[in-house]
Amino acid sequence: MRLTKEEQEMLDGKHGIAVRKSMEILVALGEIFGAKRLIDVVSVQVSGVSYHNLGEAGLDYLADLAKDGKVRVLTTLNPAGMDTENWRNLGIPEDFARKQERVIGAFRKMGIITTCTCTPYFVGNTPHFGEHVAWGESSAVCYANSVLGARTNREGGPSALASALTGKTPEFGMHLDENRQAQVVVNVDAKMERVTDFGALGYVIGNKIGKKIPLIRGVRKASVEQLKSFSASIATYGGTALFHMEGITPNKTTVPDENISVTQEEIVSAKKALDDGCTPDIYSIGCPHLSLKEIEDIAKMLEGRKVKKEMWICVARPIKRIADQMGYTKIIEDSGAKIASDTCMVVAPIKGRFKCLATDSAKACFYGRGKNHFSVVFRDIPELIEEATS
Amino acid sequence: MILRGRKVARGAAEGEALVSSEGISFYGGVEPETGTVVEKGHPLEGRSVKGKVLVFPSGKGSTVGSYALYEMKKLGNAPAAIINKDIETIVAVGAIISEIPCVDQIDIAKIRNGNKVRVNADEATVEVM
Repeated sequence: MRLTKEEQEMLDGKHGIAVRKSMEILVALGEIFGAKRLIDVVSVQVSGVSYHNLGEAGLDYLADLAKDGKVRVLTTLNPAGMDTENWRNLGIPEDFARKQERVIGAFRKMGIITTCTCTPYFVGNTPHFGEHVAWGESSAVCYANSVLGARTNREGGPSALASALTGKTPEFGMHLDENRQAQVVVNVDAKMERVTDFGALGYVIGNKIGKKIPLIRGVRKASVEQLKSFSASIATYGGTALFHMEGITPNKTTVPDENISVTQEEIVSAKKALDDGCTPDIYSIGCPHLSLKEIEDIAKMLEGRKVKKEMWICVARPIKRIADQMGYTKIIEDSGAKIASDTCMVVAPIKGRFKCLATDSAKACFYGRGKNHFSVVFRDIPELIEEATS
Repeated sequence: MILRGRKVARGAAEGEALVSSEGISFYGGVEPETGTVVEKGHPLEGRSVKGKVLVFPSGKGSTVGSYALYEMKKLGNAPAAIINKDIETIVAVGAIISEIPCVDQIDIAKIRNGNKVRVNADEATVEVM
């Protein structure tokens, strides 16, 4: 890989230890994946924030980097293992909270904006078409590449951080046109109307094509919320970093020869496969974190009603601030539901606390089952609220 | 015998080879407190990687594995060096941040358990002594 004079100096340690280590990571990844050079990124989303996943080692690593590391581009943060203000009310142990605070403190020391959300594109980390970024968080990666038309590989925690501290990423994979072309046409012949339809579609396509890039045809309309849910689902069940949806997403692509189809029956059976038919003891909405529109709708649905089960509404803190201002937070909390910012069901240490999770998120079904050993129920938000309040 | 490959993480080290025919996950698959492989049914289950030249085809599992390797190093339980057939990002990043010498693109079938091995990552060589 060819480095500029400045990049070579960064690698040689002239810009400090954190920059040297970061450049070592980026150059090694570049060499492994055949990059010819480093390119500038305009923003970074760092994953690997929950102390639950990082452990003492991750915390040590972050604390070491924070000694002389400072971010060079706009950098936002994935959800943590708890709501940083409301953790007691959500039953997070004191000891965990202290450790999680140290993790967030190390990120803040490096100049990272501690947004703690998986939807950075809702809170101001919103790259435009064609911009290069280095993002972690598989759902946000898929949304950024596909819906926004920005360009990012699927970064892990340390490599995203390395990009933040240097403003660079090796140019390979999703950064290059030739790797962004569709590999299989997916003809959808099914009713796509609700968020769970899109979650189920992500499940079906992800399971069929894995990491291949699809060109999806036959979806006439999709809202931001539906595309958010679909991005999370297809990235979870398949692992792709990019999809094309004809008439909806902005990227250009060549049309591949391979064709597959998705039928209405497959969507119906996917919904069955994502539902264990258990009786929920926890309702969780907001995976990925809710949009402004979703929290507004939820407030309207909950107004004057009482939830009879534990209900978590997961949302980025800046969106919650607007909800505070609009009176939505009060309506939601008066109903007995809890708003959880900075965190979600996937990364919070809640294993063993609940048995049956009800959610509108196909991604949350996967992690609820896998990481937390919950049974799951998969329904749209209006049905979840109806059930939880009656 | 000298085998040639590609440098992943700089440095040099020598030690006894511990060879696995299967991939290793450092998150959940190896206990950082002891360096012992704990993955059920793994060919190295119950063996310690501490101070060994660890030889395996490729990494697998969660990206948090990079941090787990770093923790092993901090606790003094990391391998002395790592040799892979095909490196992937988790082990590459883990070796770099932990400063464990690492090379890949090595014909690992030529290395036997217990061989004394010298890894010089800067020169991308593995000497089987």
